[in-house]
Amino acid sequence: MLQDRDRIFTNLYGLQSPDLAAAKMRGNWDGTKFLLEKGRDWIIDEMKKSGLRGRGGAGFPTGMKWSFMPKQSDGRPSYLVVNADESEPGTCKDREIMRHDPHLLIEGCLIASFAMNANAAYIYIRGEYVAERYALQKAIDEAYEARLIGQDNIHGFPFELYLHHGAGAYICGEETALLESLEGKKGMPRLKPPFPANMGLYGCPTTVNNVESIAVAGTILRRGASWFSAIGRPNNVGTKLFCVSGHVEKPCNVEEAMGLTFRELIDTHCGGIRGGWDNLLAVIPGGSSVPCVPAHEIMDAYMDFDTLRNLKSGLGTAAVIVMDKSTDIVRAITRISYFYKHESCGQCTPCREGTGWMWRVLTRMSEGRAQRREIDMLLEVSTQIEGHTICALGDAAAWPVQGLIRHFRHEIEKRIDDYAANPHSESVMLAAE
Amino acid sequence: MAVRRLAPDDIQPKSFAFSPENEIFAQEQIAKYPPGRQASAVIPLLWRAQEQTGGWLPRKAIEAIAVRLDMPDIRVLEVATFYTMFNLDPVGKHFIQFCGTTPCALRGAGEIKKILERRVGEQSHVSADGNFSWLEVECLGACCNAPMVQINHDYYEDLAPENFEKLLDDLAAGRPVKPGPQSGRRSSEPADAVKTLTDPALYDGSVVGAWRKRFEEEAIKAVETGEAANATATAAANPKPAKPDAGRAIGTESADTPAKRVKEGDAPVSAAERKDAADQTRASVDQTSKGAVPTPQSDKSYGATPSKPGSGQATPDAPTTPVAGTPPSDAPARRDGSESKPDVVVDPTKKPS
Repeated sequence: MLQDRDRIFTNLYGLQSPDLAAAKMRGNWDGTKFLLEKGRDWIIDEMKKSGLRGRGGAGFPTGMKWSFMPKQSDGRPSYLVVNADESEPGTCKDREIMRHDPHLLIEGCLIASFAMNANAAYIYIRGEYVAERYALQKAIDEAYEARLIGQDNIHGFPFELYLHHGAGAYICGEETALLESLEGKKGMPRLKPPFPANMGLYGCPTTVNNVESIAVAGTILRRGASWFSAIGRPNNVGTKLFCVSGHVEKPCNVEEAMGLTFRELIDTHCGGIRGGWDNLLAVIPGGSSVPCVPAHEIMDAYMDFDTLRNLKSGLGTAAVIVMDKSTDIVRAITRISYFYKHESCGQCTPCREGTGWMWRVLTRMSEGRAQRREIDMLLEVSTQIEGHTICALGDAAAWPVQGLIRHFRHEIEKRIDDYAANPHSESVMLAAE
Repeated sequence: MAVRRLAPDDIQPKSFAFSPENEIFAQEQIAKYPPGRQASAVIPLLWRAQEQTGGWLPRKAIEAIAVRLDMPDIRVLEVATFYTMFNLDPVGKHFIQFCGTTPCALRGAGEIKKILERRVGEQSHVSADGNFSWLEVECLGACCNAPMVQINHDYYEDLAPENFEKLLDDLAAGRPVKPGPQSGRRSSEPADAVKTLTDPALYDGSVVGAWRKRFEEEAIKAVETGEAANATATAAANPKPAKPDAGRAIGTESADTPAKRVKEGDAPVSAAERKDAADQTRASVDQTSKGAVPTPQSDKSYGATPSKPGSGQATPDAPTTPVAGTPPSDAPARRDGSESKPDVVVDPTKKPS
């Protein structure tokens, strides 16, 4: 288990006050000026050396992302945009940061903006987080009051931080859709290139980072890249917030070292699987977008980017959804399919039409009202969606379905056979291709 | 994608204007964005308008915001219909957004949904008393506290049929309710089993400044390596001779220099004397004497050098005068540059041109 002194989010559960004074006692805003004085290149270099991979799902190295920003302005301002549009099913970590440890985030915004020469930053928080929005705004006001940020602050780097909220669109978690939304448009992803580092918010160089990636920056710089990179396993280093939900005894958020095993994570913090380890059916290890992994593969797997990718799944946002043997796995995935149907922005045809098609076929399959050959048809259609859309929502909709067919085809077949064995007045439909 | 249309005309209000405090709010929001980018404030303004009208967005509000932000009506309308948090139809006084996505469904959201259907009725319909309406929404991001609902602004988490029934009873009766987990948990910690963040040293201020030790150590190290680097640089600029004195008399205390002799009270060697001394024909020492042979500066031999190492070279603590009895001003005094060029024979009669 990770030692308490190596945890970054020391008020994760809100057992202490989120106020500035208490945050300072926990080491927030400690020597920020000193860190900034070490210089832009030192900060980016230290972030690169720390091996921090973005915590928003894709796992892109954060330091490298920062280094893509132009060193010299061509007259356009640069922006930092923090992606707090946390909507991936299973994920609830950024919410805890924003309401309980907001000053870690605000300090991280200042450091990241300084490193990218951005004098303004926007935090895009999801619209449903009303209480969290007020909590974070209160903390921002405190920081302005204490002249930690603002035009004339004690750090000598003019910096404005604004809180912007969305209105309930999952797609706005995609970075270019988020920028569109922030500009006051529908959240429809943009084609890349140009990448946001060249043409982002208002056509200016912009970096979009997840809340957790930004909030860990101050602590990493203080304690050193070597400290952070010594935790975990090679290429998968540092600490990570895991959100464990579903069929465990005690669902919780917890900060742990990357690369602990699934069994350690569940037994140490979550009181074990409901009904014991023999009762485990499958796990979705990284939010609803990643394929599920059956029990025997996940039990002793390391919870990190590379191990889970090799299991044909992914760490994603580290939102671990545990399903025991009481779960109707076909219905569970069907519900996820409905989620993507609901959240597709409608811009690309394969996604707009395909997500609904997959959901309708899966709905019939979950009742057994389907033909066995439709399983392969479904798999084929899912591969036609994957990779054929502007953003990754198409992929994210296809992967859970592919994971279901890969590991639980027998379950779907059994259901179809059971239904066919009983006489029904309605004839069994076949999907139109 | 969902088809979302505005409410029918017969229930649309005839006009809409922001209340004075909401007008101030609108100005604050617009000020957050660069000049000319006021369209960015469209979502916050629509949300505030929805608050003002009791939870839903009438057509007139959309049009008023379009005017306020200098946007075409259709641009605001498409935003209002795209984002699902904007209710286009009236909702109940307590608008319940019920999370039905898989993580909540795994923890028993189905039971909660049955209660809603039984007590409130069909989705998206306001109950007869106007108190409630409910809607199944997608993941609200409180999955560790599943199942949960959002009622107006607040999250109610860790629901079970009993505590949810009680919650609805309290709301219907106008009794105060407590948002957040309904089970006694504080937030998303493991229930009654927090094993982490228990170290009091995290909270007593002892972490403040503890990290600076690393930088101090690095700074000391930097100073040390800096000194070493300086020394190297100096050495590179003034390379040490390959051998302590390489056979030259000048390097040691016992060296015979005009300056030393002057200091000792001797008279400087006159030019004439020097000329005489340089005259090899008048040398008092045998020309075969080793001492008279010009010695190389290093022991790397490129010319006629002594065959034995050390011969002809002074050892540091030995007198540098090559051969006893040789006048100091004699052979070693040939400091005309030829000492490093063994084959060069200086013609004393020849004047430097």
